[in-house]
Amino acid sequence: MNFWERLYLPAIFQGMGITFRHMFKKKETIFYPEVEREFSENWRGMHSLKRDEEGRERCTACGLCALSCPAEAITMIAAERQKGEEALYREEKYAAVYEINMLRCIFCGLCEEACPKEAIYLDGPIVPADYLRKDFIYGKDKLVEEPMKVQ
Amino acid sequence: MELAFIIEKFALILVIFLISLTVAAYSTLAERKIAGFLQDRVGPNRAGPGGMFQPLADGLKMFFKEEIIPTDSNKALFILGPSLALFTSFLGSAVIPWGQDIEIAGRQVSLQITDINVGMLYIFGVVSLGVYGIMIGGWASNNKFSLMGAVRAASQSISYEIPMGLSIIALLMATNTLSMKEIAEQQHGINWNFFYQPLGFIIFLICSFAETNRTPFDLPECETELVGGYHTEYSGFKMGAYMFAEYLNMFLASAVMSTLYFGAYNYPGMDWVNELTGPVIGPLIGMAVLMLKIFAFIFLFMWVRWTVPRFRYDQLMNLGWKILIPLAIANIVITGIVITIIDKL
Repeated sequence: MNFWERLYLPAIFQGMGITFRHMFKKKETIFYPEVEREFSENWRGMHSLKRDEEGRERCTACGLCALSCPAEAITMIAAERQKGEEALYREEKYAAVYEINMLRCIFCGLCEEACPKEAIYLDGPIVPADYLRKDFIYGKDKLVEEPMKVQ
Repeated sequence: MELAFIIEKFALILVIFLISLTVAAYSTLAERKIAGFLQDRVGPNRAGPGGMFQPLADGLKMFFKEEIIPTDSNKALFILGPSLALFTSFLGSAVIPWGQDIEIAGRQVSLQITDINVGMLYIFGVVSLGVYGIMIGGWASNNKFSLMGAVRAASQSISYEIPMGLSIIALLMATNTLSMKEIAEQQHGINWNFFYQPLGFIIFLICSFAETNRTPFDLPECETELVGGYHTEYSGFKMGAYMFAEYLNMFLASAVMSTLYFGAYNYPGMDWVNELTGPVIGPLIGMAVLMLKIFAFIFLFMWVRWTVPRFRYDQLMNLGWKILIPLAIANIVITGIVITIIDKL
């Protein structure tokens, strides 16, 4: 290096020019709680158990999702539909308990593929953080879709 | 000594103390904001409108943190370190002329706390005293990393004080005075020392970066090699005191550079403005101009920090001894020759 280069000043001025130009560039920040980043179309987030067009749960508790799950995150207990519950469940058998352990789930989407009734989709948001392991076992209260509003 | 004199000096000291504290506190916010802007981010914006109360939140956090004093450390010196660093960084502002004299009720009130005739040497002494806070703190921690940080701070400070002093000698030759007030008065209008001592200013600027331990010369707190450097063992408010001292030093260094080289409170057309606004508002406008210059320098400090990476230790020493000192000596020689030629003409 010659004397001019050993002064470092020309290189420093060049660098300062570059950083100064960045001051006026568009900011990349997304203001998270107010604005959310757009996900891609095939994004796999939290699971949701779907209802059909009449608001009945589609799941028939066949257990294929639990079988296909490589992380063994899904457990369910099946029950038979009683008289008078036709408006709640579409099939004659339904899942009385349906739990997904979100700490085990790897969001591979195989349950989605295995389901013959199109009852489970990974179309939700990011699974939120929590303090206790037991709070990560999501039951039907968190997974089943909101019932459709009667118009 | 009359009562009015004591009151006016006390008020001035209080005001300048508060200004330095506020500027130092908001420098921490400005640093993070500027870092954000230079990196295409927005910086802290949650505490208050646009993040205005971030320094308050940071200060409160520092107060409520647990303070740990290592059992093997020298307790008295461990506490003395940050106290000394904070104390010395306040001292320098005493000789800065913040503005022209104000006339209140027929009294000439000076906007300088004290006009000692060796003001420049006083600044130089106070600045070199600042390294003792770091050295004592680093040594008292009884930690290898802290000690190495302290050793680096000491050697860096010694190395860069020489070119700094030499550049001041050239300025002294050009101005014929060491009093800060006279230097400020000589630069009336746009007659700034920077135009007579450009090389001296650049050397002084680089040395100021080194003396305040700012990037690219922040080797004493080089976290990649020394964990946290001299403040590895510090926590809570003592850590905060060190950080605050750094920002105060930056404020002081900016004030000194503005005063010595960029015309202190002088600006083109100041006579006209003074006549127009009277003997109170005029000097206050001058003070505002000085503050603007100081803020510009603080911005420069931060701009450089977020552009230039840290120097390696040997690069630092080479730059100090092999480049800056010869340049500073050459600057003295050139200044001497030019002054002689002008005198003979």
